[in-house]
Amino acid sequence: MRIYVCVKHVPDTAANIHITGPTEYDGKVKYVANPYDEYAVEEAISLVEKSGQGEVVAVCVGSGAAANTLKSVMAMGVHRSILVKTEAQFSDSNLIAKALATVIGQDGGGDLIFTGKQSVDSEGMQTSYHLAAELGIPVATGIVSLLVEGDQAVIQRESDGGARETLSIQTPCVLGATKGLNEPRFPKLPDILKAKKKEIKEIELSELGITAEEKCRLLSLEPVKQRSEARILEGSTEETVAELVKILKEEKVI
Amino acid sequence: MPRIGVFIEATNQEIKPSVPGVLAAAGGNEVVGFVLDGNAEKYKEHLAEYGVTELVNLAAEGINLTEHPVAAGHALAEAVTSTGVDALLGVSSPTGNDLLARAAVDLKAPAALDCIDIDVAARSVKKSHFSGKAIATIEMTSSPFVCGIRPNTFEPVSRPADCTVSEKTVDVAGSDSIVITSVDTVFNGQKDLTEASVIISGGRPMGSSDNFKILEACAQKLDAAVGASRAAVDAGYAPHSMQVGQTGKTVNPKLYIGCGLSGSVQHFAGMKTAKVIVAINTDKDAPIFSKSDYGIIGDLFEVVPALTAALEK
Repeated sequence: MRIYVCVKHVPDTAANIHITGPTEYDGKVKYVANPYDEYAVEEAISLVEKSGQGEVVAVCVGSGAAANTLKSVMAMGVHRSILVKTEAQFSDSNLIAKALATVIGQDGGGDLIFTGKQSVDSEGMQTSYHLAAELGIPVATGIVSLLVEGDQAVIQRESDGGARETLSIQTPCVLGATKGLNEPRFPKLPDILKAKKKEIKEIELSELGITAEEKCRLLSLEPVKQRSEARILEGSTEETVAELVKILKEEKVI
Repeated sequence: MPRIGVFIEATNQEIKPSVPGVLAAAGGNEVVGFVLDGNAEKYKEHLAEYGVTELVNLAAEGINLTEHPVAAGHALAEAVTSTGVDALLGVSSPTGNDLLARAAVDLKAPAALDCIDIDVAARSVKKSHFSGKAIATIEMTSSPFVCGIRPNTFEPVSRPADCTVSEKTVDVAGSDSIVITSVDTVFNGQKDLTEASVIISGGRPMGSSDNFKILEACAQKLDAAVGASRAAVDAGYAPHSMQVGQTGKTVNPKLYIGCGLSGSVQHFAGMKTAKVIVAINTDKDAPIFSKSDYGIIGDLFEVVPALTAALEK
């Protein structure tokens, strides 16, 4: 069994993002594995552990520094990694998918391909779909449970209003993980040390010979205006809630 | 004038409440609605109120499109091509995002999901980047393009029109690789957080799932949905389906009342577009007070029941 996990190297969600140009930001912040991808990594590792054989390969399209993110998922138990190098943080999801599909194909192909349901930087939600189309296999995202049975998998995904849909999907397939699927493990120190010796195969994106038309062009990035200090309502509990109700009616939100 | 196709999302033969907002996002252009459950006749009158002039009942031989996501995505793509619309819009709900993404891949069309603004003529949209910390303006380089609109982004606009219904059968051979076999509506009865216009949320100080009843009582008076922070969900006080924020739901209400929330960046990533944010917390130094519009420094177990009582008056 071989499972691929697509991982994105993204700014930590707790980091302050400073926009420095029309489409540029100060990249000198802490980067991490995309949080949704950690559920994907955990699921892949535990499937291989349960089957007692096979390997998990992480694939990443990112900068040279993304090697650190790959080390962090290898510390969780991923066996080896492939890094497709590009300096661009925001690429068309179709281009990323072509790069991922190409290296997964060159590496031999897998029984399952995991992604996160979306990245937390560009929040695009489309790479999984393009990847599946490139590989010619089905896709489902927002997965909160998974049971693989032969060439079928039974999955659950969250639907509207807290409802859960159960779907059957043919394997191999692309599955976009989200919170609820599992609890990602915290690597222990020996695992972190061991991960340093695991293989990261590096390939330049330009060497893959991929062409993809730019479909979406990022024109500008603007910081979101922060609210200033809240107006604190003073008085007894009864007075403050009465004041609040009055304000909310004036604001026409109730 | 551009013509816009809109995926008319429906659950249990009811149009989703955020569909009229998407019709408003079409910006006064001619709108063609695409229906997957065969109920266009039933929806016609309601949708004509918001300017829909044409509804297409999409169907496929031998399968129910609402149970076959691959076929449904394909049907929407076919409908875009055959009607010649310049864009396909829909609600950025779980189902909407899934089917719009599938249709976009089928069409090899540019797509953006969870958009908070759109300029149809300029083919540009705005959407969140970096967990809500920045807004990106994105240009679609060709037509047709696909765009999912975040619920509650646009107020519905009344522009009555005459609406006709047509039928289209789509060939979807070989698209049975995924089948929705059942829908568990165990949480039905809860209001949908992503569509709610008022939300009251609890954090770790809620202390137990039972204590969420005080939020539910207040929510009933406000016609609100009840949410929870990651800390409350991880402590087992609320199901993950109620989690607002990073790794939970992105919500866009008019009013968000946070009870016992610290105000983490990750929580705000999911609710900062709320029009008015109210914070209730015992700790006057909690970061949430610097990111909200109104604050009450007090114990939520006193303030929330008092608020419920005040709303009864």
